[in-house]
Amino acid sequence: MHELSLCESVVDVILENARLHDFRQVRRVRLSIGRFAGVETAALRFSFDVVVRGTLVEGAELDLVDEPGTAWCFDCGETVTLADRLDPCPRCGGTRLHPNGGMDVAIKDLEVV
Amino acid sequence: MCTTCGCGAGETRINGSAGHDHHAHDHGESHAHGHDHANDHAHTHDHTHGPSSGQVGDVLDYGAGPARAHAPGLSQARMIEIEQNILSKNNGLASTNRTRLRREGVLALNLLAGPGAGKTTLLVETLRRLGGALPAAVIEGDQETSNDAERIRATGVPAIQINTGKGCHLDAHMVGHALDHLSLTMGGLLFIENVGNLVCPAAFDLGERRRVTLLSVTEGEDKPLKYPDIFQDADLVLLTKADLLPHLDVDLALLRANVERIAPKAAVIELSTRSGGGMEQWLDWLRAERRSLLQELAGEAESRAASLRAAE
Repeated sequence: MHELSLCESVVDVILENARLHDFRQVRRVRLSIGRFAGVETAALRFSFDVVVRGTLVEGAELDLVDEPGTAWCFDCGETVTLADRLDPCPRCGGTRLHPNGGMDVAIKDLEVV
Repeated sequence: MCTTCGCGAGETRINGSAGHDHHAHDHGESHAHGHDHANDHAHTHDHTHGPSSGQVGDVLDYGAGPARAHAPGLSQARMIEIEQNILSKNNGLASTNRTRLRREGVLALNLLAGPGAGKTTLLVETLRRLGGALPAAVIEGDQETSNDAERIRATGVPAIQINTGKGCHLDAHMVGHALDHLSLTMGGLLFIENVGNLVCPAAFDLGERRRVTLLSVTEGEDKPLKYPDIFQDADLVLLTKADLLPHLDVDLALLRANVERIAPKAAVIELSTRSGGGMEQWLDWLRAERRSLLQELAGEAESRAASLRAAE
């Protein structure tokens, strides 16, 4: 359930930006979720609803955008896109792959008033 | 809810002291209520500032309740691009911890594993074998109890217990505060035993130099495939309880292959605290890592000294 902490960080970042950009209410939050970020989206949505209560994010819609996962293949020495963490390398069939992209959760943008 | 360290209200305790006293410095603006607001709305300032950071105070001050009292048609909706990693705050604090630990010349290790893999037992045995030859300190992370810190202290090594309450992992903020409570010795080892959990701790950099993931041989061959995140960034994977292998059906070659598949860069050591097998190899790894850190730091200091002399 680290999704709860992630949502608290989301609110944290939004509050910092509320001061910077002088907004009072958030209507929509767009998050990009890396394929390998280890985030359970259902848990994230649940945590979001809990964490935003009583903040200027309360009532905001949460849009989740999937970011593809990439990994470095130790066998062919290339970065490849993987649909699933345990897929073999689509170039050479190697199985020793180290994720190097799609591991982050980031706030892309906000719709605010 | 604590927006700084991500723990539930009043949940995190360091060495049993509750109440989040470590947040006292975080406030600053929160009690000032410096904004101008009209007095035409009920605005009860009944929120508590126990474990929260200043930002929570600001949110409530902006009147973000259902009535939206503060922003009656103030402006039209607009888009703000942020593009910010939401772990950036943790990563920033981790980087502060890392700088501090390097300055102190301390080798910090983040020990990760599921509950019951033998993290504390390994630490106790490691400290016993080191016998004070290398200075060491331990930060223990658990949801509840200070049992583990007490087991460590019984070896004569200082230990700080962090209780995360409902939290499922340690984060850089908690570790930073634990560091305030420990006196570290140059050339020392700092073991940070994370909360027993094969999932969440993987995402939180604590400022460690090396990650060590433990997996007991009783846990099954496919754990690295099921929980890749906790293995993929490990510098060392320890296969613990190896003395039990004769009693188990586990396929050790397959287990090793799965570890190597998910963590191709990691060294792998099989060990048993009970039989002592593999313990010397682990201690050698620790000594080598410590030496490499100290040499690296000394090299940096020398090259800085050289540039300072050249600038005379």
